[in-house]
Amino acid sequence: MSLLWLRVALVLYGLGLLHALLSLTGRGRFLSRIILPAVGVGAVFHFVSLAEGVAESGHLVPGTVHQSESLLAFLVMVFFLGVYLFYQTTAPGIFIFPLAFLLTLTSAIGQQPPEFSSPLLRSGWILLHIALIFTGYAALFLSFAASLLYLLQERSLKSKQPVGVLARLPALEVIDEIGYRSLLLGFPFMTLGLAAGSVIAGQQFGPGFFLDPKVLLSLLMWAVYMVLVYTRWSAGWRGRRAAFLSTVAFIVAVGAWAANYFSEVHRFTAP
Amino acid sequence: MKFQLIGVNHRSAPVEVREQLAIPESRLPEATRRLAQYPGIEEGLVLSTCNRVELLARSPNGHADLRGYLRDFFLVDTNSFASHLYELEGKDVVRHVFRVAASLDSMIVGEPQILGQVKEAYSIARNVGAVHSHLDALMTRAFAVAKRVRNETAVGTSSVSVASAAVDLAKKIFGSLEGKRVYLVGAGKMSELAARHLIAHGAATIFVSNRTHERAVDLASRFGGEAVLFEQLYESVDRADIVITSTGAPHHIFRREHGEQFLHRRKNRPMFFIDIAVPRDVDPELNKLDGMFLYDIDDLQAMVHSNLDERRHEAERAEGIIEEEVKRFLARLETLKVVPTIVSLQEHLETIRQAEVDRVRGRLGPMTREQEEAVEAMTRGIINKILHTPVSTLKTAASQPEATTLIDVIRRLFNLREDAAPGKRGRKD
Repeated sequence: MSLLWLRVALVLYGLGLLHALLSLTGRGRFLSRIILPAVGVGAVFHFVSLAEGVAESGHLVPGTVHQSESLLAFLVMVFFLGVYLFYQTTAPGIFIFPLAFLLTLTSAIGQQPPEFSSPLLRSGWILLHIALIFTGYAALFLSFAASLLYLLQERSLKSKQPVGVLARLPALEVIDEIGYRSLLLGFPFMTLGLAAGSVIAGQQFGPGFFLDPKVLLSLLMWAVYMVLVYTRWSAGWRGRRAAFLSTVAFIVAVGAWAANYFSEVHRFTAP
Repeated sequence: MKFQLIGVNHRSAPVEVREQLAIPESRLPEATRRLAQYPGIEEGLVLSTCNRVELLARSPNGHADLRGYLRDFFLVDTNSFASHLYELEGKDVVRHVFRVAASLDSMIVGEPQILGQVKEAYSIARNVGAVHSHLDALMTRAFAVAKRVRNETAVGTSSVSVASAAVDLAKKIFGSLEGKRVYLVGAGKMSELAARHLIAHGAATIFVSNRTHERAVDLASRFGGEAVLFEQLYESVDRADIVITSTGAPHHIFRREHGEQFLHRRKNRPMFFIDIAVPRDVDPELNKLDGMFLYDIDDLQAMVHSNLDERRHEAERAEGIIEEEVKRFLARLETLKVVPTIVSLQEHLETIRQAEVDRVRGRLGPMTREQEEAVEAMTRGIINKILHTPVSTLKTAASQPEATTLIDVIRRLFNLREDAAPGKRGRKD
């Protein structure tokens, strides 16, 4: 059943994706009325799917890579809906919907890989690690989406001829605030999540865990994240420079995520 | 029964004529009541704004003397401005009222105030009892049409003056203007106007700097702002988020390197320059800096022009909606005509039914509740079945010319009195 609800959610997010693609070509208007209810209901189904997954497996920690992708997609959508509640804008959806859709897609139709069998998964530390890191990821994606929107809006204002979707973007400072706030929100989560991860891995594998690709990429991501926060805080970097850093952080984050498939330390199978 | 309208507006009459006919708000209830009581008029409504004065009335024959009313009320000779008056009747009145409410007849097409003014006139007319049936239906429909036009077209969504275009842009950059600081470089009329618009939308502090310091002080005092010596311009300008320049300087006052300094001191928080001076005060290169947004007078005017074009285009679509609504309303009005007959027919049969039931009840003796209900249901059923065909025939014939004949025949066959059902009761249908 869990998979069925996930697929229902997927179809509804698909509407979001369609809207995002159409609005880039300036024709998304007819979908804009139904888009919010659609993805909102999608998120509810998604939550049901996650809850049933937990009930089936008997523990809170996602048992497979696909389940964790599903959880991440859900968190991203929650952030998107949160932004809508605070700022009454669906503009980040242009970037959020494709991402959430892809994550949900891989977890909804992908072959279920072998379950993680490591006894570590029963530990409360792992749960904490995952919850923190995933929230950090979701916030980072949102801030990435906001920095791209900022660039679009800046271009549109400078070109002096707003067209299509550009004419309906939220104000520059509002986009900036969304991006900065999600950055500030995500950073402590990411930091604590990585710290929790290091404690677990240090106990389990000794100092050698440090050279694992997943760990290295995660640290690199954290470093870029910190540079982002710092330059913004001290020099007010935004616009092009912030978007550039955000993109780097995003690419590294995707790399760190993908490293799940080839990391020794982060494999979760019984050693 | 016909609608009639007489009036002047900004296109038909110069202000000298309009002001003779303008009615102050305090006298509107009186004017409306007297219009509704004027010979030959059943319902009336008076609309008086700075751009138009219109009398709207419904009369049984469509020949009420609205000019006469003007003469009596204003004690003026209408002949002196007869050429400025327009008079409409029937369908044209419906169209005109819809267009006025939807702001298609306004001086600035799409401006939103007119709908409020029409609503005000309507509520006054209702309060004094001057509208109750057909005119009421017309006004209620007009408000719905105005809403539809606003929702389905973009008429009235874009700014059509340089000052309001500047406000729009500032909002695109800063979101809310609440607490934003505005700096006027040069104390000209245009920059004052733009500043007033920004303040009306929430902008907080105003700084003014001018080569002649006295003029800066003078203008600043009018806004409750702060005058800054022109020598301190470069040190102080970055305190503002929005800068409006309008000096007569023959060269650029703000160049790229100034912009870089400002951004550095502001920690890259964006700045919006509005350059309304000719020759320009700000080097166009400034716009290339991240976080600097520069619009000159041509940019603003181009925005206004494209907005005006868009409004015209949208207004054409709106006219289509109006035509459709006029047709729909007239068709509904036609059905209104047969409603009194239907109602009195129903009442007539119901009276007969009641009388018969009462008469037979005595003979039947005491009945149980079920029996009571069965008798009721049966008699009602008979009446409804009999009524069904004549009523639906009347309704479908309502918009045809034969409706009058049908009404006549039915009234004679059933011996229905002419004044049986006033229009208002019929409107429940």
